[in-house]
Amino acid sequence: MSGHATYQPKNAFMQWMERRLPIAGLVYSSFIVYPTPRNLNYWWTFGGILAFMLGVQIITGIVLAMHYTPHVDFAFNSVEQIMRDVNYGWLLRYLHANGASMFFLAAYVHMFRGMYYGSYKDPREVLWILGVILLLLMIMTGFMGYVLPWGQMSFWAATVITNLFSAIPMVGESIVTWLWGGYSVGNPTLNRFYSLHYLLPFVIVGVVVLHVWALHMVGQNNPTGVEPKTEKDTVAFTPYATIKDGFLMVVFCILFAWFVFYIPNFLGHPDNYIPANPAVTPTHIVPEWYYLPFYAILRAIPNKLLGVAALGASIVILAFLPWLDTSKVRSARYRPLYRQFFWVFVIVCIGLGWLGSKPPEGNYVLIARIFTVYYFAYFLVILPILGKVEKTKPLPNSITESVLQSGVPIGASAPPPSGARA
Amino acid sequence: MTMTRTVLALAVSLAALAPAALAQDHDTELPPKNRWSFAGPFGKFDQGQLQRGLKVYREVCQVCHGLKLVAFRTLADPGGPGFTTAQAAAIAAEYQVPGEPDDQGEIKPRPARLADYFPTPWPNEQAARARYNAVPPDLSVMAKARGFERGFPRWVCDMFTQYQEHGVDYLTALLRGYEDKPPAGVTLPPGNFYNKYFPGHAIAMPPPLSDKRVDYTDGAPTTVEQYAKDVSAFLMWAAEPHLEARKRIGLQVFLFLIVLAGLLYFTKKKVWHAVELHPDELKPRKPTEYPKA
Repeated sequence: MSGHATYQPKNAFMQWMERRLPIAGLVYSSFIVYPTPRNLNYWWTFGGILAFMLGVQIITGIVLAMHYTPHVDFAFNSVEQIMRDVNYGWLLRYLHANGASMFFLAAYVHMFRGMYYGSYKDPREVLWILGVILLLLMIMTGFMGYVLPWGQMSFWAATVITNLFSAIPMVGESIVTWLWGGYSVGNPTLNRFYSLHYLLPFVIVGVVVLHVWALHMVGQNNPTGVEPKTEKDTVAFTPYATIKDGFLMVVFCILFAWFVFYIPNFLGHPDNYIPANPAVTPTHIVPEWYYLPFYAILRAIPNKLLGVAALGASIVILAFLPWLDTSKVRSARYRPLYRQFFWVFVIVCIGLGWLGSKPPEGNYVLIARIFTVYYFAYFLVILPILGKVEKTKPLPNSITESVLQSGVPIGASAPPPSGARA
Repeated sequence: MTMTRTVLALAVSLAALAPAALAQDHDTELPPKNRWSFAGPFGKFDQGQLQRGLKVYREVCQVCHGLKLVAFRTLADPGGPGFTTAQAAAIAAEYQVPGEPDDQGEIKPRPARLADYFPTPWPNEQAARARYNAVPPDLSVMAKARGFERGFPRWVCDMFTQYQEHGVDYLTALLRGYEDKPPAGVTLPPGNFYNKYFPGHAIAMPPPLSDKRVDYTDGAPTTVEQYAKDVSAFLMWAAEPHLEARKRIGLQVFLFLIVLAGLLYFTKKKVWHAVELHPDELKPRKPTEYPKA
């Protein structure tokens, strides 16, 4: 069923190739016979979905880049040209713009899954940290991509975000000037953002390779958090994981298509259809939805420098999660207290997202502060203490045992299998 | 369930804080929803409406507003107002655009051709400001460049009901939202007009429409309401000329994906069935007997 059968090609050419560049053998051992825990649920399919979305973004992005003009005088109109005159240009652009949202949605689900089942714990710390690096790269890439259409929100998002660096004491102003390539957001800024927006996805591809490599070193976690012990605990990647990933990928595409074809501007801001105008500031400058929780944390803190520090810390702190969570038990299934704090954490993150879209005044600021405190307390106080005091439920001896216990109850009211009667 | 209790407690405390927070949001009446032929998954533009809307644009809006991203050729494109190429060329020929330099290097105006774009009625922003006391925005993507927040939970429902017509509904409301006198206690800056849907209510654009201002030849009512709807629909097409193709292809993609998902689901079930663990596997299994031929 599984096991590490080595790749032995029958075809003469493939044998010749395998002795020189064993790439087919690599694919065979990584994506065909690779043993995956048999009890993986659908939350485990988001890694594959993310790889697919990265592909979609790169392919649509490369074609869009063939038609786009990175110049302050032409960028907005070149995007409109794509929408109007390029064959299926509207489709490419809507796929790319909504694809970014879907990419982040899948990444957040993927991360929450990792947190719920303790996938970051020994020996998967490096795998998790590579994931945090991927998130950082995605945030940078997405931000620079949002600037390219050169609408009002593009321009003002670029202004607000780059200005955050001015909070750094002593060198802040110089850094901002250096980032801009001038004394305000202008053509040099747009040019370099375009260049980096094209470069970073390939850096992401590189880190994804490391991420998958690290995954294949340590193996996948699973809903029980108990490592596979026997061959019975695992199934081969192909066909079992591939068909399951494939099915959910298509379901995810249905959601994606809903946005692209029916509500393509739902997740965008109308102001970004107004050409950038440095003389007019929009009433509310809001980032894309996937940055809203971080934006809320930034604005919850009255001091600019501390706000920027909190914004950075809210992402960087994730990298330390493997050591902040002191519990030996991985899966939240066997951690009744952790499970509560986790779901509150999820609600707090969504709540911060909602607050990020609201003006920073009155009760919004108050709630944002409470949520920000919880966000950091979750990592710095709750997880370290919880691991020491929580009474966890008994773990199953193996994945197989847990599957059998949760599935058909043995000897219970279920009718005895026909084989046993004979 | 302690978890449910914690979540509930948090939700209740949030709910207590939220109304006060939400009260800060609305001071302007929300634009009413209209019925649009192009709404929903099977939406298509009403060609008659687009042609009437173009007429309103040409006889009213065009005095101040440009449409510089819309080429005359697109008037004859499928999914648009449905003019023939000859009709589109005739419309283009009514406009003057700067020509190409002649032998002497002089640039003289010439009639527009299909490949040209609707010209902007003023040469530069300074000229516009001198003439109108403001720069009338270009209308090419206006139907997508305006919107309003419908607040929670309506924005969540909009995701499922595919309500995407915030921009056109706003434009329609704006064109009909003028009031002769501002409400008591409101003073307008000189040269401004009161509009109940415009953010801040003081708008520099004078009320553009009045009943019977544009002659319709197809029997549609010549009222401000009808003009406002027609020109808004036309601007929706101008902003999203491939809307019909998008929805048509979307439906095909949807059907394909749903069938594919169904097939994959059953394939997955079949594939996994072979390795499902059964309680009786714990006991030694009898070899399967096949009927002998």
